[in-house]
Amino acid sequence: MASTPPLRTGSRIRARRLDLGLRQADLAEKAGISPSYLNLIEHDKRRIAGRLLTEIAAALETSPSLLTDGAERAVLDAMRQAASTAEASAVEVARADELAARYPGWAGLIAEQAARIAALEARAQVLADRITYDPDLATALHGVISAVTAIRSTAAILTSDEKIDAEWQQRFHRNIHDDAIKLAAESDALVNYFEPPEAGDTVPLSPLEEVEAALGQTGWHLEAGEVGQGAGAPPRKLRKPAQQIFDAWGAVYARDAEALPLRDVDAAIAKHGYDVWAIADALGADLAQVMRRLASLPDAPGRPPMGLVICDAGGFPTMLKEVPGFAFPRGTACPLWPVFTALGQMGRPLVTDVLVPGQPETRLKCWAIAQPVGAARVDRPPLIQATMLAMPDADPDAGQTAPVPLGVSCRICPRRGCAARREPSALGAGPAEQL
Amino acid sequence: MGKRVLLIEDEPNIIEAISFILSRDGFTVHTHEDGATAMDKLSSQTPDMIILDVMLPGRSGYDILRDVRAMPETAELPVMMLTARGQTKDRELAERLGATLFLTKPFSNTEVRDHVRALIGT
Repeated sequence: MASTPPLRTGSRIRARRLDLGLRQADLAEKAGISPSYLNLIEHDKRRIAGRLLTEIAAALETSPSLLTDGAERAVLDAMRQAASTAEASAVEVARADELAARYPGWAGLIAEQAARIAALEARAQVLADRITYDPDLATALHGVISAVTAIRSTAAILTSDEKIDAEWQQRFHRNIHDDAIKLAAESDALVNYFEPPEAGDTVPLSPLEEVEAALGQTGWHLEAGEVGQGAGAPPRKLRKPAQQIFDAWGAVYARDAEALPLRDVDAAIAKHGYDVWAIADALGADLAQVMRRLASLPDAPGRPPMGLVICDAGGFPTMLKEVPGFAFPRGTACPLWPVFTALGQMGRPLVTDVLVPGQPETRLKCWAIAQPVGAARVDRPPLIQATMLAMPDADPDAGQTAPVPLGVSCRICPRRGCAARREPSALGAGPAEQL
Repeated sequence: MGKRVLLIEDEPNIIEAISFILSRDGFTVHTHEDGATAMDKLSSQTPDMIILDVMLPGRSGYDILRDVRAMPETAELPVMMLTARGQTKDRELAERLGATLFLTKPFSNTEVRDHVRALIGT
Protein backbone atom coordinates (compact mmCIF):
# COMPACT_ATOMS: atom_id res chain seq x y z
CA MET A 1 0.00 0.00 0.00
CA ALA A 2 1.28 3.50 -0.82
CA SER A 3 2.12 5.41 2.34
CA THR A 4 0.84 8.93 2.85
CA PRO A 5 2.89 11.35 4.97
CA PRO A 6 1.18 12.53 8.15
CA LEU A 7 -0.86 15.70 7.82
CA ARG A 8 1.00 18.82 8.85
CA THR A 9 -0.27 21.80 10.88
CA GLY A 10 -1.23 23.92 7.85
CA SER A 11 -3.19 21.10 6.28
CA ARG A 12 -5.02 20.50 9.54
CA ILE A 13 -5.94 24.19 9.78
CA ARG A 14 -7.28 24.10 6.22
CA ALA A 15 -9.24 20.89 6.82
CA ARG A 16 -10.75 22.25 10.02
CA ARG A 17 -11.67 25.58 8.35
CA LEU A 18 -13.42 23.78 5.50
CA ASP A 19 -15.27 21.54 7.96
CA LEU A 20 -16.63 24.65 9.66
CA GLY A 21 -17.60 26.19 6.31
CA LEU A 22 -15.36 29.24 6.80
CA ARG A 23 -13.76 31.15 3.94
CA GLN A 24 -10.06 31.83 4.09
CA ALA A 25 -10.82 35.55 4.38
CA ASP A 26 -13.10 34.97 7.39
CA LEU A 27 -10.50 33.03 9.30
CA ALA A 28 -7.74 35.43 8.37
CA GLU A 29 -9.78 38.33 9.70
CA LYS A 30 -10.51 36.55 12.97
CA ALA A 31 -6.82 35.74 13.41
CA GLY A 32 -5.72 39.24 12.43
CA ILE A 33 -3.62 38.22 9.41
CA SER A 34 -3.98 38.64 5.67
CA PRO A 35 -5.72 35.96 3.59
CA SER A 36 -2.57 35.48 1.51
CA TYR A 37 -0.48 34.82 4.62
CA LEU A 38 -3.08 32.33 5.83
CA ASN A 39 -2.91 30.70 2.42
CA LEU A 40 0.84 30.19 2.84
CA ILE A 41 0.29 28.73 6.33
CA GLU A 42 -2.41 26.38 5.07
CA HIS A 43 -0.08 25.07 2.39
CA ASP A 44 2.64 24.50 4.99
CA LYS A 45 4.86 27.15 3.44
CA ARG A 46 5.08 29.17 6.64
CA ARG A 47 5.72 27.81 10.11
CA ILE A 48 3.14 28.67 12.74
CA ALA A 49 3.39 28.65 16.52
CA GLY A 50 2.79 30.75 19.63
CA ARG A 51 0.08 33.36 19.84
CA LEU A 52 -1.00 33.15 16.20
CA LEU A 53 -1.53 29.40 16.50
CA THR A 54 -3.60 29.96 19.65
CA GLU A 55 -5.75 32.55 17.91
CA ILE A 56 -6.33 30.39 14.84
CA ALA A 57 -7.18 27.43 17.06
CA ALA A 58 -9.67 29.56 19.00
CA ALA A 59 -11.26 30.77 15.76
CA LEU A 60 -11.52 27.17 14.61
CA GLU A 61 -12.99 26.11 17.99
CA THR A 62 -10.28 23.55 18.59
CA SER A 63 -7.10 23.19 20.61
CA PRO A 64 -3.67 24.25 19.36
CA SER A 65 -2.26 20.79 20.14
CA LEU A 66 -4.84 19.09 17.92
CA LEU A 67 -3.71 21.33 15.07
CA THR A 68 -0.02 20.69 15.66
CA ASP A 69 -0.03 17.08 16.86
CA GLY A 70 -3.18 15.77 15.24
CA ALA A 71 -5.43 13.40 17.09
CA GLU A 72 -4.76 12.04 20.53
CA ARG A 73 -2.20 9.28 20.60
CA ALA A 74 -4.51 6.90 22.45
CA VAL A 75 -7.19 7.21 19.77
CA LEU A 76 -4.64 6.64 17.01
CA ASP A 77 -3.24 3.59 18.78
CA ALA A 78 -6.74 2.19 19.23
CA MET A 79 -7.53 2.80 15.53
CA ARG A 80 -4.35 1.03 14.44
CA GLN A 81 -5.14 -1.81 16.81
CA ALA A 82 -8.61 -2.06 15.24
CA ALA A 83 -7.06 -2.03 11.76
CA SER A 84 -4.73 -4.87 12.74
CA THR A 85 -7.68 -7.18 13.19
CA ALA A 86 -9.07 -6.42 9.72
CA GLU A 87 -7.87 -7.33 6.22
CA ALA A 88 -4.63 -5.35 5.96
CA SER A 89 -5.25 -4.21 2.42
CA ALA A 90 -8.73 -2.94 3.23
CA VAL A 91 -7.70 -0.27 5.75
CA GLU A 92 -5.62 2.84 5.01
CA VAL A 93 -3.59 2.52 8.20
CA ALA A 94 -1.14 5.24 7.19
CA ARG A 95 -3.97 7.74 6.93
CA ALA A 96 -5.31 7.13 10.44
CA ASP A 97 -3.78 10.42 11.57
CA GLU A 98 -5.60 12.30 8.84
CA LEU A 99 -8.92 10.67 9.65
CA ALA A 100 -8.53 11.32 13.38
CA ALA A 101 -7.61 14.97 12.84
CA ARG A 102 -10.42 15.67 10.42
CA TYR A 103 -13.13 13.60 12.09
CA PRO A 104 -12.20 13.18 15.77
CA GLY A 105 -15.73 12.07 16.64
CA TRP A 106 -15.72 9.24 14.09
CA ALA A 107 -12.18 8.27 15.08
CA GLY A 108 -13.21 8.09 18.73
CA LEU A 109 -16.19 5.96 17.77
CA ILE A 110 -14.00 3.54 15.80
CA ALA A 111 -11.67 3.22 18.78
CA GLU A 112 -14.53 2.76 21.23
CA GLN A 113 -16.32 0.22 19.03
CA ALA A 114 -13.12 -1.75 18.54
CA ALA A 115 -12.60 -1.87 22.30
CA ARG A 116 -16.20 -2.96 22.80
CA ILE A 117 -15.93 -5.69 20.16
CA ALA A 118 -12.73 -6.96 21.78
CA ALA A 119 -14.45 -7.03 25.19
CA LEU A 120 -17.46 -8.86 23.78
CA GLU A 121 -15.26 -11.38 21.96
CA ALA A 122 -13.37 -12.05 25.17
CA ARG A 123 -16.65 -12.49 27.01
CA ALA A 124 -18.03 -14.82 24.33
CA GLN A 125 -14.86 -16.89 24.55
CA VAL A 126 -15.18 -17.13 28.32
CA LEU A 127 -18.80 -18.29 27.97
CA ALA A 128 -17.94 -20.79 25.23
CA ASP A 129 -15.09 -22.19 27.34
CA ARG A 130 -17.35 -22.33 30.32
CA ILE A 131 -19.94 -24.41 28.48
CA THR A 132 -17.37 -26.69 26.84
CA TYR A 133 -15.01 -27.34 29.71
CA ASP A 134 -16.76 -26.41 32.91
CA PRO A 135 -16.65 -29.48 35.18
CA ASP A 136 -19.70 -28.28 37.14
CA LEU A 137 -21.80 -28.18 33.99
CA ALA A 138 -20.48 -31.57 32.83
CA THR A 139 -21.31 -33.06 36.24
CA ALA A 140 -24.80 -31.55 36.31
CA LEU A 141 -25.57 -32.75 32.77
CA HIS A 142 -24.16 -36.18 33.49
CA GLY A 143 -26.37 -36.41 36.57
CA VAL A 144 -29.50 -35.45 34.61
CA ILE A 145 -28.79 -37.91 31.78
CA SER A 146 -27.96 -40.73 34.19
CA ALA A 147 -31.21 -40.19 36.10
CA VAL A 148 -33.19 -40.05 32.85
CA THR A 149 -31.50 -43.24 31.62
CA ALA A 150 -32.32 -45.11 34.81
CA ILE A 151 -35.94 -43.91 34.77
CA ARG A 152 -36.36 -44.83 31.11
CA SER A 153 -34.96 -48.36 31.56
CA THR A 154 -36.84 -49.01 34.76
CA ALA A 155 -40.14 -47.67 33.42
CA ALA A 156 -39.75 -49.82 30.29
CA ILE A 157 -39.31 -52.91 32.47
CA LEU A 158 -42.40 -52.05 34.53
CA THR A 159 -44.59 -51.40 31.50
CA SER A 160 -43.43 -54.37 29.42
CA ASP A 161 -45.79 -57.28 28.81
CA GLU A 162 -43.54 -59.71 30.64
CA LYS A 163 -44.56 -60.59 34.17
CA ILE A 164 -42.41 -59.28 37.01
CA ASP A 165 -42.66 -60.63 40.55
CA ALA A 166 -43.98 -58.35 43.27
CA GLU A 167 -40.65 -57.87 45.04
CA TRP A 168 -38.91 -56.64 41.85
CA GLN A 169 -41.88 -54.51 40.99
CA GLN A 170 -41.69 -52.77 44.37
CA ARG A 171 -37.95 -52.32 44.00
CA PHE A 172 -38.29 -50.71 40.57
CA HIS A 173 -41.02 -48.36 41.78
CA ARG A 174 -38.71 -47.24 44.57
CA ASN A 175 -35.87 -46.76 42.09
CA ILE A 176 -38.03 -44.54 39.88
CA HIS A 177 -39.01 -42.49 42.90
CA ASP A 178 -35.35 -42.07 43.94
CA ASP A 179 -34.32 -41.14 40.42
CA ALA A 180 -37.13 -38.59 40.13
CA ILE A 181 -35.85 -36.87 43.28
CA LYS A 182 -32.32 -37.00 41.95
CA LEU A 183 -33.46 -35.58 38.62
CA ALA A 184 -35.15 -32.65 40.38
CA ALA A 185 -31.95 -31.89 42.30
CA GLU A 186 -29.81 -32.10 39.17
CA SER A 187 -32.24 -29.84 37.33
CA ASP A 188 -31.90 -27.28 40.11
CA ALA A 189 -28.13 -27.46 39.74
CA LEU A 190 -28.49 -26.75 36.01
CA VAL A 191 -30.85 -23.82 36.59
CA ASN A 192 -28.39 -22.36 39.11
CA TYR A 193 -25.61 -22.80 36.60
CA PHE A 194 -27.42 -20.63 34.09
CA GLU A 195 -28.25 -17.90 36.61
CA PRO A 196 -27.18 -14.42 35.42
CA PRO A 197 -23.47 -13.68 36.00
CA GLU A 198 -22.46 -11.93 39.19
CA ALA A 199 -21.89 -8.21 39.39
CA GLY A 200 -18.53 -7.27 37.91
CA ASP A 201 -18.76 -10.14 35.46
CA THR A 202 -20.94 -8.30 33.00
CA VAL A 203 -20.46 -7.12 29.44
CA PRO A 204 -20.31 -3.35 29.01
CA LEU A 205 -23.76 -1.75 29.07
CA SER A 206 -25.15 0.48 26.35
CA PRO A 207 -25.62 4.12 27.45
CA LEU A 208 -29.38 3.56 27.81
CA GLU A 209 -28.87 0.44 29.91
CA GLU A 210 -26.31 2.32 31.99
CA VAL A 211 -28.87 5.05 32.72
CA GLU A 212 -31.61 2.54 33.50
CA ALA A 213 -29.27 0.69 35.89
CA ALA A 214 -28.42 3.99 37.62
CA LEU A 215 -32.11 4.94 37.88
CA GLY A 216 -32.78 1.45 39.23
CA GLN A 217 -30.45 2.25 42.13
CA THR A 218 -32.65 5.20 43.11
CA GLY A 219 -35.89 3.27 42.55
CA TRP A 220 -36.39 5.72 39.64
CA HIS A 221 -37.14 8.43 42.20
CA LEU A 222 -34.93 11.52 41.88
CA GLU A 223 -34.92 13.87 44.87
CA ALA A 224 -33.27 16.63 42.83
CA GLY A 225 -36.00 16.33 40.18
CA GLU A 226 -38.69 16.76 42.85
CA VAL A 227 -37.34 20.22 43.69
CA GLY A 228 -36.78 21.36 40.12
CA GLN A 229 -33.05 20.67 40.00
CA GLY A 230 -32.99 18.20 37.09
CA ALA A 231 -31.51 14.76 37.53
CA GLY A 232 -28.96 15.75 40.19
CA ALA A 233 -25.85 13.62 40.62
CA PRO A 234 -26.24 10.04 39.38
CA PRO A 235 -25.83 7.31 42.03
CA ARG A 236 -22.84 5.97 40.09
CA LYS A 237 -20.35 7.46 37.66
CA LEU A 238 -21.71 7.39 34.12
CA ARG A 239 -19.89 7.54 30.81
CA LYS A 240 -20.48 10.73 28.85
CA PRO A 241 -23.29 9.53 26.52
CA ALA A 242 -25.09 7.94 29.49
CA GLN A 243 -24.67 11.13 31.52
CA GLN A 244 -26.29 13.11 28.68
CA ILE A 245 -29.28 10.74 28.63
CA PHE A 246 -29.47 10.88 32.42
CA ASP A 247 -29.55 14.70 32.34
CA ALA A 248 -32.23 14.70 29.62
CA TRP A 249 -34.34 12.32 31.70
CA GLY A 250 -33.77 14.59 34.72
CA ALA A 251 -35.15 17.56 32.78
CA VAL A 252 -38.29 15.60 31.82
CA TYR A 253 -38.56 14.41 35.42
CA ALA A 254 -38.38 17.95 36.78
CA ARG A 255 -41.11 19.13 34.38
CA ASP A 256 -43.32 16.18 35.36
CA ALA A 257 -42.73 16.83 39.08
CA GLU A 258 -43.56 20.51 38.70
CA ALA A 259 -46.78 19.75 36.83
CA LEU A 260 -47.77 16.91 39.15
CA PRO A 261 -46.44 17.47 42.69
CA LEU A 262 -46.17 14.40 44.89
CA ARG A 263 -48.93 15.50 47.26
CA ASP A 264 -51.40 15.89 44.35
CA VAL A 265 -50.50 12.47 42.93
CA ASP A 266 -50.79 10.85 46.37
CA ALA A 267 -54.19 12.50 46.90
CA ALA A 268 -55.44 11.19 43.53
CA ILE A 269 -54.15 7.69 44.36
CA ALA A 270 -55.93 7.83 47.72
CA LYS A 271 -59.17 8.56 45.87
CA HIS A 272 -58.86 6.40 42.75
CA GLY A 273 -56.35 3.70 43.69
CA TYR A 274 -53.91 2.88 40.91
CA ASP A 275 -56.42 3.45 38.10
CA VAL A 276 -54.07 5.42 35.87
CA TRP A 277 -56.65 6.99 33.58
CA ALA A 278 -58.82 8.01 36.56
CA ILE A 279 -55.78 9.64 38.19
CA ALA A 280 -54.98 11.50 34.96
CA ASP A 281 -58.58 12.63 34.69
CA ALA A 282 -58.65 13.85 38.29
CA LEU A 283 -55.41 15.78 37.82
CA GLY A 284 -56.31 17.02 34.33
CA ALA A 285 -52.91 15.79 33.22
CA ASP A 286 -51.28 14.31 30.12
CA LEU A 287 -51.57 10.52 30.19
CA ALA A 288 -47.92 9.75 29.39
CA GLN A 289 -46.82 12.28 32.00
CA VAL A 290 -48.97 10.57 34.64
CA MET A 291 -47.45 7.19 33.74
CA ARG A 292 -43.89 8.54 34.00
CA ARG A 293 -44.79 10.13 37.33
CA LEU A 294 -46.29 6.94 38.76
CA ALA A 295 -43.24 4.94 37.69
CA SER A 296 -40.98 7.29 39.66
CA LEU A 297 -42.90 7.48 42.93
CA PRO A 298 -40.96 6.67 46.12
CA ASP A 299 -41.72 3.36 47.82
CA ALA A 300 -44.78 3.39 50.06
CA PRO A 301 -46.80 0.71 51.85
CA GLY A 302 -49.26 -0.98 49.50
CA ARG A 303 -47.71 0.57 46.39
CA PRO A 304 -47.43 -2.00 43.58
CA PRO A 305 -44.22 -2.36 41.57
CA MET A 306 -44.74 -0.40 38.35
CA GLY A 307 -42.83 -1.09 35.15
CA LEU A 308 -42.52 1.55 32.46
CA VAL A 309 -41.58 1.44 28.80
CA ILE A 310 -41.34 4.36 26.43
CA CYS A 311 -40.97 3.42 22.74
CA ASP A 312 -40.35 5.41 19.62
CA ALA A 313 -42.40 4.83 16.45
CA GLY A 314 -40.04 2.00 15.47
CA GLY A 315 -40.92 0.17 18.67
CA PHE A 316 -37.46 0.72 20.18
CA PRO A 317 -37.57 1.29 23.95
CA THR A 318 -35.93 4.64 24.62
CA MET A 319 -36.52 4.23 28.35
CA LEU A 320 -37.30 1.04 30.19
CA LYS A 321 -38.01 0.32 33.84
CA GLU A 322 -38.28 -3.38 34.52
CA VAL A 323 -39.76 -4.66 37.77
CA PRO A 324 -40.30 -8.20 39.07
CA GLY A 325 -42.85 -9.86 36.77
CA PHE A 326 -42.30 -7.30 33.99
CA ALA A 327 -39.38 -8.14 31.72
CA PHE A 328 -39.16 -6.38 28.37
CA PRO A 329 -36.10 -7.52 26.37
CA ARG A 330 -34.96 -4.67 24.14
CA GLY A 331 -35.37 -5.57 20.47
CA THR A 332 -36.96 -8.97 21.07
CA ALA A 333 -39.96 -8.09 23.24
CA CYS A 334 -43.24 -9.81 22.39
CA PRO A 335 -45.12 -7.84 19.69
CA LEU A 336 -48.37 -8.38 21.60
CA TRP A 337 -47.43 -5.94 24.39
CA PRO A 338 -50.06 -3.16 24.48
CA VAL A 339 -47.35 -0.53 23.98
CA PHE A 340 -46.97 -1.81 20.41
CA THR A 341 -50.73 -2.06 19.93
CA ALA A 342 -50.95 1.60 21.00
CA LEU A 343 -48.54 2.59 18.21
CA GLY A 344 -51.16 1.40 15.73
CA GLN A 345 -53.97 3.34 17.45
CA MET A 346 -52.57 6.86 17.82
CA GLY A 347 -54.07 8.88 20.63
CA ARG A 348 -56.32 6.11 21.91
CA PRO A 349 -55.74 5.22 25.59
CA LEU A 350 -55.67 1.46 26.12
CA VAL A 351 -56.12 -0.61 29.25
CA THR A 352 -55.26 -4.24 28.69
CA ASP A 353 -54.83 -7.21 31.00
CA VAL A 354 -52.02 -9.50 29.90
CA LEU A 355 -50.70 -12.90 30.98
CA VAL A 356 -46.92 -13.29 31.01
CA PRO A 357 -45.65 -16.90 30.93
CA GLY A 358 -43.56 -18.17 33.82
CA GLN A 359 -43.84 -20.15 37.01
CA PRO A 360 -46.34 -18.99 38.05
CA GLU A 361 -47.88 -17.12 35.13
CA THR A 362 -48.09 -13.39 35.93
CA ARG A 363 -51.16 -11.29 35.24
CA LEU A 364 -50.44 -7.61 34.60
CA LYS A 365 -52.64 -4.62 33.92
CA CYS A 366 -51.17 -2.33 31.26
CA TRP A 367 -52.06 1.27 30.45
CA ALA A 368 -50.71 2.48 27.13
CA ILE A 369 -51.01 5.38 24.72
CA ALA A 370 -49.15 6.63 21.64
CA GLN A 371 -48.92 10.36 21.11
CA PRO A 372 -47.06 12.81 18.87
CA VAL A 373 -44.12 14.49 20.57
CA GLY A 374 -43.23 18.15 20.08
CA ALA A 375 -44.77 20.69 17.75
CA ALA A 376 -46.09 19.56 14.36
CA ARG A 377 -43.98 20.61 11.37
CA VAL A 378 -45.11 20.76 7.78
CA ASP A 379 -41.78 19.50 6.42
CA ARG A 380 -41.24 16.55 8.76
CA PRO A 381 -43.20 13.45 9.72
CA PRO A 382 -44.57 13.62 13.27
CA LEU A 383 -42.47 12.14 16.04
CA ILE A 384 -44.50 9.46 17.79
CA GLN A 385 -43.88 8.10 21.25
CA ALA A 386 -45.75 5.29 22.99
CA THR A 387 -45.75 4.97 26.76
CA MET A 388 -46.92 1.99 28.77
CA LEU A 389 -47.20 1.44 32.52
CA ALA A 390 -47.51 -2.16 33.76
CA MET A 391 -48.35 -3.36 37.25
CA PRO A 392 -49.71 -6.53 38.86
CA ASP A 393 -53.44 -6.85 38.27
CA ALA A 394 -54.96 -6.05 41.70
CA ASP A 395 -58.40 -7.39 40.80
CA PRO A 396 -58.16 -10.04 38.08
CA ASP A 397 -61.83 -10.96 38.35
CA ALA A 398 -62.97 -7.43 37.49
CA GLY A 399 -61.77 -7.57 33.87
CA GLN A 400 -64.44 -7.44 31.17
CA THR A 401 -62.39 -9.43 28.68
CA ALA A 402 -59.99 -12.35 28.93
CA PRO A 403 -56.36 -11.31 29.40
CA VAL A 404 -54.08 -11.33 26.35
CA PRO A 405 -51.58 -14.20 26.63
CA LEU A 406 -48.20 -12.86 25.60
CA GLY A 407 -44.59 -13.92 25.90
CA VAL A 408 -41.28 -12.46 26.93
CA SER A 409 -39.31 -13.17 23.76
CA CYS A 410 -40.20 -15.59 20.92
CA ARG A 411 -36.97 -17.58 21.30
CA ILE A 412 -37.87 -18.63 24.84
CA CYS A 413 -41.66 -18.38 24.62
CA PRO A 414 -43.64 -21.56 25.31
CA ARG A 415 -46.92 -20.30 23.74
CA ARG A 416 -48.24 -22.57 21.02
CA GLY A 417 -50.26 -21.49 18.00
CA CYS A 418 -49.24 -17.83 18.38
CA ALA A 419 -49.94 -15.85 15.21
CA ALA A 420 -47.40 -13.22 16.26
CA ARG A 421 -44.49 -15.65 16.54
CA ARG A 422 -41.35 -14.40 14.75
CA GLU A 423 -39.14 -17.43 15.18
CA PRO A 424 -39.37 -20.97 16.59
CA SER A 425 -38.93 -21.34 20.34
CA ALA A 426 -36.07 -23.17 22.01
CA LEU A 427 -38.78 -24.61 24.29
CA GLY A 428 -40.32 -26.52 21.41
CA ALA A 429 -43.32 -24.29 20.65
CA GLY A 430 -43.93 -24.80 16.92
CA PRO A 431 -42.46 -23.01 13.95
CA ALA A 432 -43.27 -19.43 13.11
CA GLU A 433 -46.78 -19.44 11.75
CA GLN A 434 -46.73 -16.00 10.22
CA LEU A 435 -43.30 -15.81 8.58
CA MET B 1 -24.82 -70.92 32.92
CA GLY B 2 -25.38 -68.18 30.32
CA LYS B 3 -22.76 -66.01 28.74
CA ARG B 4 -21.06 -63.69 31.23
CA VAL B 5 -21.38 -59.93 31.00
CA LEU B 6 -19.33 -57.61 33.22
CA LEU B 7 -21.16 -54.31 33.72
CA ILE B 8 -18.87 -51.51 34.96
CA GLU B 9 -21.19 -48.63 35.88
CA ASP B 10 -21.57 -46.42 38.95
CA GLU B 11 -25.30 -45.60 38.86
CA PRO B 12 -27.02 -48.22 41.07
CA ASN B 13 -30.41 -47.95 39.40
CA ILE B 14 -28.95 -48.30 35.90
CA ILE B 15 -27.01 -51.34 37.13
CA GLU B 16 -30.21 -52.81 38.51
CA ALA B 17 -32.21 -52.21 35.34
CA ILE B 18 -29.57 -53.56 32.92
CA SER B 19 -28.85 -56.55 35.16
CA PHE B 20 -32.54 -57.38 35.26
CA ILE B 21 -33.02 -57.15 31.49
CA LEU B 22 -29.95 -59.21 30.62
CA SER B 23 -30.50 -61.80 33.37
CA ARG B 24 -34.04 -62.29 32.16
CA ASP B 25 -32.58 -62.90 28.71
CA GLY B 26 -30.33 -65.67 30.07
CA PHE B 27 -27.06 -63.81 30.60
CA THR B 28 -25.03 -63.95 33.79
CA VAL B 29 -24.33 -60.38 34.86
CA HIS B 30 -21.51 -59.35 37.18
CA THR B 31 -21.29 -55.74 38.20
CA HIS B 32 -18.59 -53.37 39.39
CA GLU B 33 -18.94 -49.72 40.33
CA ASP B 34 -15.41 -48.42 40.89
CA GLY B 35 -13.18 -47.41 38.00
CA ALA B 36 -9.98 -47.67 40.03
CA THR B 37 -10.38 -51.38 40.84
CA ALA B 38 -12.18 -52.49 37.65
CA MET B 39 -9.04 -54.13 36.22
CA ASP B 40 -8.58 -56.25 39.37
CA LYS B 41 -12.09 -57.54 38.93
CA LEU B 42 -11.42 -58.29 35.28
CA SER B 43 -8.20 -60.20 36.05
CA SER B 44 -9.91 -62.43 38.54
CA GLN B 45 -12.87 -63.24 36.34
CA THR B 46 -12.75 -62.83 32.57
CA PRO B 47 -16.25 -62.30 31.13
CA ASP B 48 -17.50 -62.83 27.56
CA MET B 49 -18.02 -59.10 27.13
CA ILE B 50 -17.85 -55.81 29.03
CA ILE B 51 -20.39 -53.02 29.23
CA LEU B 52 -18.34 -50.04 30.29
CA ASP B 53 -19.48 -46.57 31.42
CA VAL B 54 -17.20 -43.65 30.52
CA MET B 55 -17.63 -41.45 33.60
CA LEU B 56 -16.66 -43.55 36.59
CA PRO B 57 -15.28 -42.66 39.99
CA GLY B 58 -11.55 -43.30 40.35
CA ARG B 59 -10.72 -43.91 36.71
CA SER B 60 -12.42 -43.14 33.42
CA GLY B 61 -13.89 -45.76 31.11
CA TYR B 62 -11.37 -44.71 28.45
CA ASP B 63 -8.43 -45.57 30.74
CA ILE B 64 -9.96 -48.93 31.54
CA LEU B 65 -10.57 -49.65 27.84
CA ARG B 66 -6.94 -48.83 27.06
CA ASP B 67 -5.78 -51.40 29.67
CA VAL B 68 -8.30 -53.97 28.45
CA ARG B 69 -6.88 -53.76 24.95
CA ALA B 70 -3.31 -53.91 26.27
CA MET B 71 -3.85 -57.18 28.20
CA PRO B 72 -3.46 -60.25 25.92
CA GLU B 73 -6.25 -62.21 27.62
CA THR B 74 -8.80 -59.39 27.18
CA ALA B 75 -7.47 -57.70 24.03
CA GLU B 76 -10.17 -59.25 21.83
CA LEU B 77 -13.04 -58.96 24.30
CA PRO B 78 -16.16 -57.16 22.96
CA VAL B 79 -16.56 -53.88 24.81
CA MET B 80 -19.72 -51.77 24.62
CA MET B 81 -19.18 -48.21 25.91
CA LEU B 82 -22.02 -46.39 27.68
CA THR B 83 -21.81 -42.68 28.06
CA ALA B 84 -23.85 -39.57 28.68
CA ARG B 85 -21.66 -37.77 26.21
CA GLY B 86 -22.96 -38.18 22.68
CA GLN B 87 -20.44 -35.87 21.07
CA THR B 88 -18.53 -36.98 18.01
CA LYS B 89 -15.12 -36.48 19.62
CA ASP B 90 -16.01 -38.83 22.47
CA ARG B 91 -17.24 -41.43 20.06
CA GLU B 92 -14.07 -41.10 17.99
CA LEU B 93 -11.91 -41.49 21.08
CA ALA B 94 -13.79 -44.62 22.14
CA GLU B 95 -13.44 -46.12 18.66
CA ARG B 96 -9.76 -45.24 18.46
CA LEU B 97 -9.15 -46.97 21.78
CA GLY B 98 -10.84 -50.07 20.47
CA ALA B 99 -14.45 -49.94 21.66
CA THR B 100 -16.58 -52.49 19.79
CA LEU B 101 -19.78 -50.49 20.19
CA PHE B 102 -20.78 -47.12 21.55
CA LEU B 103 -24.19 -46.59 23.15
CA THR B 104 -25.35 -43.11 24.18
CA LYS B 105 -27.47 -42.57 27.28
CA PRO B 106 -30.40 -42.52 27.55
CA PHE B 107 -30.70 -45.78 25.64
CA SER B 108 -33.62 -48.19 25.32
CA ASN B 109 -33.61 -51.62 26.94
CA THR B 110 -34.14 -53.23 23.55
CA GLU B 111 -31.00 -51.55 22.19
CA VAL B 112 -28.89 -52.88 25.06
CA ARG B 113 -30.29 -56.39 24.78
CA ASP B 114 -30.03 -56.55 20.97
CA HIS B 115 -26.43 -55.32 20.98
CA VAL B 116 -25.39 -57.81 23.65
CA ARG B 117 -27.09 -60.64 21.75
CA ALA B 118 -25.38 -59.53 18.53
CA LEU B 119 -21.95 -59.40 20.17
CA ILE B 120 -21.90 -62.67 22.13
CA GLY B 121 -25.04 -64.57 21.14
CA THR B 122 -27.46 -65.97 23.66
